Amino acid sequence: MWNYSEQVKDHFFNPRNAGALDDPDGVGEVGSIACGDALKLMIKVDAGEERITDARFQTFGCGSAIASSSALTEMIIGKTIVQALDVTNQDIAGYLGGLPPEKMHCSVMGAEALRAAIANYRGEALAEDDDEDGALVCKCFGITEGLLTRAIRTNGLTQVGEVTDYTKAGGSCATCMDKIELVLADVNAEMVGEGLLEKARAFRYRGRFAGTPEPVRAPAPRPMVTRPAPPRPAAGPPAAGLGMVKTIMLIQAAIEELRPTFQRDGGDVELAEVEGDTVTVQLSGSCVDCSMSSFTLHMVEDKLSQALGRPLKVIPA
Amino acid sequence: MTPFPPIYLDNNATTRVDPQVVEAMLPYFTEQFGNPSSMHAFGSAVGGALATARKQVQALLGAAHDHEVVFTASGSESDSTAILSALAANPERREIVISAVEHPAVLALCQHLEKQEGYTLHIIPVDRKGRLEIDAYRAALSERVAVVSIMWANNETGTLFPVEPLAEWAKEFDIQFHTDAVQAVGKIALDLKSSAIDMLSLSGHKLHAPKGIGALYVKRGTRFRPLIRGGHQERGRRAGTENAPAIIGLGRAAELALASMHDENTRVRALRDRLETGLTRSIGHCFVTGDPENRLPNTANVAFEYIEGEAILLLLNRSGIAASSGSACTSGSLEPSHVMRAMGIPYTAAHGATRFSLSRETTAEEIDRVLAVMPGIIDQLRRLSPYWNSETGSANQAFEPAYA
Repeated sequence: MWNYSEQVKDHFFNPRNAGALDDPDGVGEVGSIACGDALKLMIKVDAGEERITDARFQTFGCGSAIASSSALTEMIIGKTIVQALDVTNQDIAGYLGGLPPEKMHCSVMGAEALRAAIANYRGEALAEDDDEDGALVCKCFGITEGLLTRAIRTNGLTQVGEVTDYTKAGGSCATCMDKIELVLADVNAEMVGEGLLEKARAFRYRGRFAGTPEPVRAPAPRPMVTRPAPPRPAAGPPAAGLGMVKTIMLIQAAIEELRPTFQRDGGDVELAEVEGDTVTVQLSGSCVDCSMSSFTLHMVEDKLSQALGRPLKVIPA
Repeated sequence: MTPFPPIYLDNNATTRVDPQVVEAMLPYFTEQFGNPSSMHAFGSAVGGALATARKQVQALLGAAHDHEVVFTASGSESDSTAILSALAANPERREIVISAVEHPAVLALCQHLEKQEGYTLHIIPVDRKGRLEIDAYRAALSERVAVVSIMWANNETGTLFPVEPLAEWAKEFDIQFHTDAVQAVGKIALDLKSSAIDMLSLSGHKLHAPKGIGALYVKRGTRFRPLIRGGHQERGRRAGTENAPAIIGLGRAAELALASMHDENTRVRALRDRLETGLTRSIGHCFVTGDPENRLPNTANVAFEYIEGEAILLLLNRSGIAASSGSACTSGSLEPSHVMRAMGIPYTAAHGATRFSLSRETTAEEIDRVLAVMPGIIDQLRRLSPYWNSETGSANQAFEPAYA
């Protein structure tokens, strides 16, 4: 059981301003059901002095996600848009009497939803593939470089494990750890330059062979690798000697067989490219940014490997 | 808090120690404190009680001999002992076969062996109902495999694997077969003397014995290498002075479990079914996970769509009801349970999977109480959920957020 503060329990059991807001002036939607939490923040803004007169939320998530959303609405009602933009995830966590470290991402989600709602109110486009927010770093949880930068700056993060606690980035397949380290090192260096961080505390990126690595928290357990043995020769297709055309046809056929499964979950999978033993597939719909996408890829990998009778590597496009 | 006494429906996590078990144990802390290895009277009295406990566990397992029972400190220790013993006894074989839904005591150990010791690990997938892919299992068996470790019953869904035929198939290649039966022992009738199972792990605290006691069944003739050396206890198979009170408690608990086996499989099963039917009838957009046709009698795992498990548990707890969830948030991990993922449960539901595990102490009144509060809890959380449209009572298709 988490050691939640009394304020977190209060806001979870008695959420303030829950539900939909009719005819909102700004809406911010963040997270996804795959990630385990998602938040829709709706605000009413008085046009004259740009004051937030009402705010409502709808949240899918754990106790602290619901409490963070509830706290956020209480904090911003009555503030002007300019004042509201100063609300950070630290403020949300502080309002709630603190959050367990592993739950800080709930406060970050709140701050991001606020930012999105205000942008929406101002008519600024925060497109899904928003280039301005930087490249997508963590594909599993859909975390961009911009979000990472804000979380690192606001919370003075200096360790990779902290970045995962605050944003979830790297908490699933962990293949983005290297990119997270690069972003963390860059942002920390900027903060040192601006006098916001002591140089000794800053995270430094080290190459694979350069001395002792920084302490990195062990990544969350990796999704299951299901690896049935290759089919017996009698049952399977010939293991070797397939021409490229035949290979691609077999792969294509195997993917066609898989598509109904994906479509049931509101997604899809298509063959993008085959190069040697590496197959690139295009995942779409709800299969993208899904915390299970790496698991899904393993499943595809197994099926394709079985179809061809030799091990293949499957990567997302 | 609630005016009702608390309702404990998390018996797959741990059980209450039966008062009769406590009673059996107590003298062995104070009056009968001797070391069974000692020559004097203090020792011999304890030795006799341990022998009785061993026979009681033997009876519950349907084992041919009482010396096939080796007492350990936990189910996890039994699992590790069995797997590492099989590998040490068959050094020329470098492959291991397990299922995708094993308990971490098996899964994490075998993944460690794969990564650090270079063993080849075959992880056999399950289908959407959590049933083992038998063809993949049979295809993974060969003379290269040292040990198969497949659980008898899954801790999250209660789904039973057909371990007896699985063991027979393993025998065709002379593979040692171990089963983690921590959830099965005490809940379903076992007859190990008629099976090809070489080793079986059990844990005391899952069957109303205390925590810190487990046992490993090792069929006579199985080549065995001890994990803990340094003493003659347990016939040299597990060194360390016997935890006499806990062993005696486990023995008594085994006797009680055998006596209530019929109750477990009739009355408790009926209560479980009543809970499950009641929930799925009164609440929309939920479904039972695992294989309803082939399950432990005490386990119900229901996935509620569009809401998250930790929130369900917090509200249940406020109503005085203890259950558990495979959701990411409750475990501190960021992913839903590997069991839900292995079954391919869509993430709209995996986060809301909730496990109710009953015991012989569960009453009809308790089940009715759960049925009375659950619809309100689910409705309350769905009203908060952006994925749910309260007006239509269905999923909200319009909500498709992305991180900005």
